[in-house]
Amino acid sequence: MADVREALMSGRNSEGAGVRRPLSPHLQVYRPQITSTLSILHRLMGVALAVGTLLFVWWLAAAASSDAAFALAAGLMGSVVGWVLIAGWTLALWYHFCNGIRHLWWDVGRGFELSEVHATGKLVVAASLVLTVLTLVAGAAMR
Amino acid sequence: MSNPTHSQQAAIMRSMLGRARGLGSAKSGTGHWWAQRLTAIALVPLGVWFVIGAIAHAGASRAGIEHWISGPVTATLMLALIACMFQHMQLGLQVVIEDYVHSESCRVATLLAMKAATALLAILAALSVLKMALAG
Repeated sequence: MADVREALMSGRNSEGAGVRRPLSPHLQVYRPQITSTLSILHRLMGVALAVGTLLFVWWLAAAASSDAAFALAAGLMGSVVGWVLIAGWTLALWYHFCNGIRHLWWDVGRGFELSEVHATGKLVVAASLVLTVLTLVAGAAMR
Repeated sequence: MSNPTHSQQAAIMRSMLGRARGLGSAKSGTGHWWAQRLTAIALVPLGVWFVIGAIAHAGASRAGIEHWISGPVTATLMLALIACMFQHMQLGLQVVIEDYVHSESCRVATLLAMKAATALLAILAALSVLKMALAG
């Protein structure tokens, strides 16, 4: 037995035969719901934003370094690949931002009724999409 | 009769309270949770401010970016953004690693690498802002 958790997982079925009990209900037995989907998206978008900080720091350090370094960073950001990265990062930012506010609302003890959880979830998705389009359009207009 | 070993002696000599201390929540358990919320609240206005600034400087030249960042108010808000963002990111990534990396040695190694990487990124970002702010 590798671990004490192994011992806790063993049990007997109604016929007395030994069975391995699952550690916890596994995620794949559930149909995807708006609550669980938005929850894991919050974490995924957070990790995506963490990767995005590499681009942010590179751009900042390039601006502080030299014309050549800045031209390289600005060149990537102005390319198609750069646009896709920035668009993805913008969506991740606004989703994590809006859903983060939803989390803060829960933290003060509000919005826990299932109807409210569903309504704020849909609001977060709609708001993050609208903000992403607005940000990208405004950014494109400024170039 | 054999004498108790050193560790047995230590166990006997310690009070009940002394043995319990450090095993459970001792007023510091909420530190991580609270810091994540504080930085999240700070990042609401700072994030909106940065996105507006980034839109306004989309496609700007290096001189334009330097001029923007080197203003004292912009530099202050950029440093605040960098501090809050990287602390929030470190706290978040810590939870993700703790949840999904099960082997203890692997988890500790990943956590240390992540903490080092986020700290270095934060220093690089802050130093870049300071360099532009102090040169201009």
